[in-house]
Amino acid sequence: MLEIENLTVRYGNITAVKSVSLKVNEGEIVALIGPNGAGKTSTFAAMMGLVGIADGSVVYQERKLNRLSTERIVRQGITLVPEHRRLFKDLTVRENLRIGATARANKANMHQEIENLFELFPILRQRSEQKAGYLSGGEAQQLAIARAVMSSPRLLVLDEPTLGLAPLLVNAIFELIQTLRERGFTILFAEQNAYKALQTADRTYILRHGSIVAERDRGSSADAASLIQTYLGVQV
Amino acid sequence: MTEFSQQLINCISLGGTYALIALGLALVDSILHLVNFAHGEILTLSGYSMLGLAALGLPWVVFAPLGIVTGVLVALLMERFAFHKVRNTSENTMLLTSFGLSIIIQALIQMLVSPRPKSIAQPAWLTQAIHIGTITIQARQILTIMITILALVLLLLLLKRTNMGIAMRAAAEDFNATRLMGVSANGVIAIAFAISGLLAGMAAVLTLTVRGSVDPGMGVKFTLMAFVANAIGGIGNLLGAVAGGFLLGFMEVILRVWLPVSISGFTDGFLFFLVALILIFRPKGLFGITQAERV
Repeated sequence: MLEIENLTVRYGNITAVKSVSLKVNEGEIVALIGPNGAGKTSTFAAMMGLVGIADGSVVYQERKLNRLSTERIVRQGITLVPEHRRLFKDLTVRENLRIGATARANKANMHQEIENLFELFPILRQRSEQKAGYLSGGEAQQLAIARAVMSSPRLLVLDEPTLGLAPLLVNAIFELIQTLRERGFTILFAEQNAYKALQTADRTYILRHGSIVAERDRGSSADAASLIQTYLGVQV
Repeated sequence: MTEFSQQLINCISLGGTYALIALGLALVDSILHLVNFAHGEILTLSGYSMLGLAALGLPWVVFAPLGIVTGVLVALLMERFAFHKVRNTSENTMLLTSFGLSIIIQALIQMLVSPRPKSIAQPAWLTQAIHIGTITIQARQILTIMITILALVLLLLLLKRTNMGIAMRAAAEDFNATRLMGVSANGVIAIAFAISGLLAGMAAVLTLTVRGSVDPGMGVKFTLMAFVANAIGGIGNLLGAVAGGFLLGFMEVILRVWLPVSISGFTDGFLFFLVALILIFRPKGLFGITQAERV
């Protein structure tokens, strides 16, 4: 579904992403883990056309995305839930969901789709007329994901979805990722909570200093805890 | 009471014109972070198009709407040929581009038309006095108030009810996040410019009913007033710009009435002194409150 080959991203003289290659197959959950500054967000930003690609390629459904604008990439069927959510705080929850539907091919049943989403995110129904700026962290993250789902993407990309959330909410977000996969979404997510990510993903890439240093499939014999300790230097 | 009502109408009428032009400036600024100092020149060119159309013998009811259409076209052309190329550069570059554009347009009018004011005949019915009780209102004042209310209500409905309006409000908050929703950046920016042109065109029609002439520098004062209205209302706040425009119009009319004739030449000086006082006590403007963020 998605193949990133030798992706390099530079900001002036600084190389943030160095020859990163990864792939995501339809129906999979794929994780990109690594510490702060490892290049996770830059990889996603380049993939979505928000920053320039210095080298390499991003191919989605056999179409090269390298020179496409962000909005055209979204219209191909990829939606990113950005780091820190970037909700429109002055817009209501419902308005955030409406704008999320911009890339939908069929907007006729948008209101019904919002009602359907409220089944999955019941708290958002209660908050539907409130401004997004007044939501709590957990509610805001649910809205960010729900807003992305509104565009009916085939590939949902989540950048640090559990950042700043309490442990109980972190578990809820990982459960939500599983639920979304069951509903037919393919998911690629970046995460600092390495252990949780390794448990959830079908395949995990470990990113350090802009390069992929290890890759682990769910069925692999490599022990998650030792992998994290070896490559990220964190004791689990 | 009659005097008060009379002046209130004058205030709303002038404030409405300022509100329209301030809103256009705010709309573009909120999305592109560009204070378009050539915004007044949209009004100027709209005025000159009406001059040309009037010279062709067209009646006011035809050239006035066409003047508004010209405002839209001028704004779209400005975006396409002046700002499109520089929109990913720094805010300073965009600001200087707008200054340059303003100077070029004024110079071209001076060279190609005339540096002197040119009068445009206004239909007699515009200055006709209508008596409501003891209050006398000119038809042009009623027109100004009606157009202002209509434009503001329609714009509010567009921004609140339509997907494009919601996209514009979202883009004003976080432009790149809006693109991540699949919203066309070019589309949102073009519509913002088109609306700002529409509002400037309307302001041109309304201001011509008062002054009856056009001159190359006529837009400069409106750009200044629009900018000051935005500063009063809080830069980037659309409703703040409208409120700032009205407040500016109110203050100007009140100063004109209250200042003794001997110092009436200093109206603008007193006006900007009042503006400075507002900004000393509310540096972010009356509505420029930074929203507390909950996490």
